[in-house]
Amino acid sequence: MNTEGKVFKYPDNVDTDVIIPARYLNTPDANELALHCMEDIDKDFVKNVSEGDVMVAGWNFGCGSSREHAPLVIKTCKTGCVIAKSFARIFYRNAINIGLPILECEEAAEEINAGDKVNVDFDTGIIKNLTTGKEYKAQPFPPFIQNIIKCGGLLKSLKEGENNG
Amino acid sequence: MGMTMTQKILAAHAGLDKVEAGQLISADLDIVLGNDITTPVAVNEFNKAGFNSVFDKDRVAIVLDHFVPNKDIKAAEQSKTCREFACSHCVSHFYDVGKMGIEHALLPEQGVVTAGDCIIGADSHTCTYGALGAFSTGVGSTDMAAGMATGKAWFKVPSAIKFNITGKLPKNCSGKDVILTIIGMIGVDGALYKSMEFTGDGVKNLSMDDRLCICNMAIEAGAKNGIFPVDEITKEYLSGRSEREPKFFEADADAEYEKTIDINLSEIVPVVACPHLPENTRPASELSDIKVDQVVIGSCTNGRLEDMEAAYNILNGKKVADGIRCIIIPGTMQILRECVERGWYIAFIDAGAVVSTPTCGPCLGGYMGILASGERCIATTNRNFVGRMGHVDSEVYLASPHTAAATALTGYITECKEV
Repeated sequence: MNTEGKVFKYPDNVDTDVIIPARYLNTPDANELALHCMEDIDKDFVKNVSEGDVMVAGWNFGCGSSREHAPLVIKTCKTGCVIAKSFARIFYRNAINIGLPILECEEAAEEINAGDKVNVDFDTGIIKNLTTGKEYKAQPFPPFIQNIIKCGGLLKSLKEGENNG
Repeated sequence: MGMTMTQKILAAHAGLDKVEAGQLISADLDIVLGNDITTPVAVNEFNKAGFNSVFDKDRVAIVLDHFVPNKDIKAAEQSKTCREFACSHCVSHFYDVGKMGIEHALLPEQGVVTAGDCIIGADSHTCTYGALGAFSTGVGSTDMAAGMATGKAWFKVPSAIKFNITGKLPKNCSGKDVILTIIGMIGVDGALYKSMEFTGDGVKNLSMDDRLCICNMAIEAGAKNGIFPVDEITKEYLSGRSEREPKFFEADADAEYEKTIDINLSEIVPVVACPHLPENTRPASELSDIKVDQVVIGSCTNGRLEDMEAAYNILNGKKVADGIRCIIIPGTMQILRECVERGWYIAFIDAGAVVSTPTCGPCLGGYMGILASGERCIATTNRNFVGRMGHVDSEVYLASPHTAAATALTGYITECKEV
């Protein structure tokens, strides 16, 4: 699996309150919530994002609230993946559980610029910056987590486990 | 090499004699928690995956606390989803309006969570219960759904940072000043993926309310959990309260820690976290030129009885400064009732404050104290991110109940001098 698109660049400590402000959390409807994705730090994100585009951010992406609505709106906006120097732990879990591809790669997150075109291969962890020609390798997931992703999320992997006895 | 307290609880719940940092385990859960925002998403996932029943109706807790009494029609629909799910699965720990409190004040108070437990909650501040000597951590709605269905969750066993606590807090400081000071030292990702294990001679000088507040904000340093050892204070708190038999775990003498940080409580001063990160801490005494528009005293961090008492001691017989809106929110119905019975409620009203029934409301910018553009609030809550309490151009300063109440009297950030 891979994704290709343009880069939206964000700083360190992007919190889940700016990914999806709590004032909109009176509905669990992902399509309605997604209209407000990143609104408080990038009000044009929803207007400018196209399918497969990539978010690139600094340390501790997704810190704060445990709201699963955060990875959910990023996924619903058709974002192809998020690359960061590091992820906050609940966001990391939630992204895997709902099937939003995320990759940790400090060098890529440092060097890739807003607007660059990138291609990301989730199986190999290879990130290609098509604008500069530079290639990066992200940390691969442990096999246990790869299995959750392969099954399409945590609940599907549990069901699969049940079926396999 | 021995195990940390967290590792011992996880090993026991995974049916293993020993675990080590980095190991992936599947652990049995004692309590699975959700609230009115995260539960509807979990219910949807639970139903979509085709699960028919919860693993144990006495081990699921659903607390309506973020937007209740319902702030609008959509919030009412979310509460309804929770109510119907709780009813159809006979969830015994379902807390609706009249019975509810802010989840992390309520569950310890009601004895639903206890020492030795392994708990997940679809709310990041679930780490609060580490104060009781439990392993407790925040997760998302899908983990909640899986936990409700199977009674299990997967964890990567965390490494730990040890906080060696000595001394005794000055009278104008509380657990809030301790945890804000620590976050200021190590940063908002200073304990990312790790346990924060609090230990040392000074622990006995921290009340249960202080410990609950300290563990509550472990997530604000990125931690997986915060945890205190079980001592006489814990046992006294749990006595007559725990609905299940508490189990006491302690770290091995040769447990491995990534590092040890010494905290001398006697040297703590009242601190405030400035916008827009909890790590931006400064002594309250250096911020006396910061004028505020609103004061909020409450939340899962500081809505407990000692917090109300601190506010009462400072506001009693005095007046909130002109132009300042002071909002006080006791964390549970029992705490609210105590405020009424002890005469604190009247003292708050006479001082010019408003008192609400329990709600997370303003902390996350939901309702009951939303800020307009350019407005500033000092709050005993836990996050001061951009737009957290309202308009994207508003500001939140995080502080203890002492500092917040003292600020209400002057309108400027004020270090509480007399208690």
